[in-house]
Amino acid sequence: MTDIWDGLAQAFWLLVQLDPTLIEISARSLTVTLTALVVASLIAMPLAAILAVRRFKFRRVIISVINSLMGLPPVVVGLFVYILLSRSGPLGGLGLLYTIDAMIIAQVVIITPLIISIAHQSMRDLWSEYHDLLISMNTTTTQRILTLLWDGRRALITAALAGFGRAIGEVGAIMIVGGNIENATRVLTTAIALETSKGDFALALALGFVLILLAVAVNFATHWVGRTEREGKW
Amino acid sequence: MIRMFYSTFWTTIALVAFTTVSTAETMKLAVTTSFNNSGLSDKLLPQIKADLGLEVQLLVVGTGQAIRLGEAGDVDAILVHSKSAEETFIAAGYGTHRREIMYNDFVLIGPESDPAQVTTAQSAAEALGKISATSALFVSRGDDSGTHKKEIALWTAASLDPTTFDGWYRAVGAGMGASLNAAAGMGGYILSDRASWLNFKNKGDLAIAFAGDPVLFNQYAYIPVNPDLHPHVRNDLALALEEWLVSETAETLINGYTINGETLFTFNAQR
Repeated sequence: MTDIWDGLAQAFWLLVQLDPTLIEISARSLTVTLTALVVASLIAMPLAAILAVRRFKFRRVIISVINSLMGLPPVVVGLFVYILLSRSGPLGGLGLLYTIDAMIIAQVVIITPLIISIAHQSMRDLWSEYHDLLISMNTTTTQRILTLLWDGRRALITAALAGFGRAIGEVGAIMIVGGNIENATRVLTTAIALETSKGDFALALALGFVLILLAVAVNFATHWVGRTEREGKW
Repeated sequence: MIRMFYSTFWTTIALVAFTTVSTAETMKLAVTTSFNNSGLSDKLLPQIKADLGLEVQLLVVGTGQAIRLGEAGDVDAILVHSKSAEETFIAAGYGTHRREIMYNDFVLIGPESDPAQVTTAQSAAEALGKISATSALFVSRGDDSGTHKKEIALWTAASLDPTTFDGWYRAVGAGMGASLNAAAGMGGYILSDRASWLNFKNKGDLAIAFAGDPVLFNQYAYIPVNPDLHPHVRNDLALALEEWLVSETAETLINGYTINGETLFTFNAQR
C-alpha cells in the first residue's frame, strides 16, 4: 500500500519538476502513438467506408477476419514485425529494427483492425440511413464515401480514440521491435516494465500515473476540439 | 492556456524527433540484464560518449537472446556471460573473437528464515543439495539466460537434474529483476548475480544465503559481430569500443563501482 502513495508522490514531483527524462519518454510515447494513429486512421477509415457502401464477393469474410484481428496479441505482432525487420529477415535491408519507425509499424498493425471494425459499425448504420437519399441523388461511390466519412466524423473520432487507447498502453510489441533503448526507443510503457523489473515499484507506478494522465489529456483535448465544431448535427 | 499547452507539446515532440536524428556515431550492443540492472552501464556509457564520441545503444536482454541478436546481425557486438554459448557463437562464425572484460559473482538468495539451512553449506553444490532435499521453493530464471545456464550447470555439478524436480522448482521465464520479484513474493531461493541483487529495491525478507564458492565466478566477455557475415554492422565502432573497454579508464571505473560500499565487478581484461 505504501508503494501506491510513494508512486503518487513521486509522480507529482516528477511532473512538478518537469523531469527531463520523463518529458522525453512521454513525448516519445506520444510521437509513436499519434503517428501510428494517423497512419492507421488513413488506412482504416476509408476502408471502413468502402466496406459499408460497396457490395463485393467475400465482403462478409473480410469483415469477420478484420473483427477477429482486433484481438491480435501485441507480443505476436511484435515478434512478427521483428522477424520481418531483422537484418536476417526479408525487410532487413531497411535497417528499421530498434528504431521509432519499427515501433510505429507494429502499432499500426495492432490498431488498424480495431479502428476499421469500430468505424465500420457506424459507417454501416449511417449508410442504411443515407442509402436511399444518396442513390436517388445519383452520387458516385467516392462522393458516397466522403459523405459518410464527413457525417460520421464523431463516430470516427471515437474509433480513433479506441485505437489511441490500445496503442498508448501497449508494451509487448514495442518492447520487442523497439528494444527499450535509453534515449532512443524508451517510452513510458517500456520504462514501466523496466522499473518493475528493477523492483522500483514506486517509480514504475509514478510513470504509470503519468501515462494515465497523458491518455486523459489526449481524450480531453479531443473533446475540446469536438465542441468547437459549429456545423453539422453535433 | 490550451493553445500554450499545444505549442509546448509540439515543440517537445519536435525536440525529441530532432534528438533522435543527432549526428553522433551510434552502435548497438546487446548486453545481459545484469550489466544494466547493476547500474554499471550508467557509469560507463557517459564516459564512452565523452571519450569516443560514440553513443552506445543498449539492448538489455538475456544471454540467449543477445546471442540470437548477434547471429541475426541486429546488433554490432554483444557483452554476455556464458562461456560455452559464447564459444559456440564464435565457432559458428557469428563473432570475430572473444575478449574477457571483467567478472562478478553469483550469490544464492533466500528467505531470512532459511528453511533449507543453506547458510551452513560449505559449497554451492551442498547448498543446492540442501534445497532439493528439503523441497524448499526455488525460483529459476528459466529463460535461457547466462544466469539460467549457470544455475543448470550448478545443479548438474550437484548431481541433480532440474527437469525431474516437481512443484518446489519454479521456472518463471523472466529477467533477473522480474525473477527476484517472484522470489520475494513466494519467499523462495534464487540464484542471482551480486550486482543485480544489490541494486534490487524490492528485497522484502530475502537475503544472501550463500556466496563465495569459486564456481560462482561469472566472467563477462565482449564479442564483436562478424562483419563478413553481416556487412552492415559497424565493426569499426565495435573495435573502438573494445579498445575502450580494456583501457585503464574502464579499469578504474569498473573496479571503482560500488553499491553500499561493496565492489561489484573486477576488471580482468588482458591488454
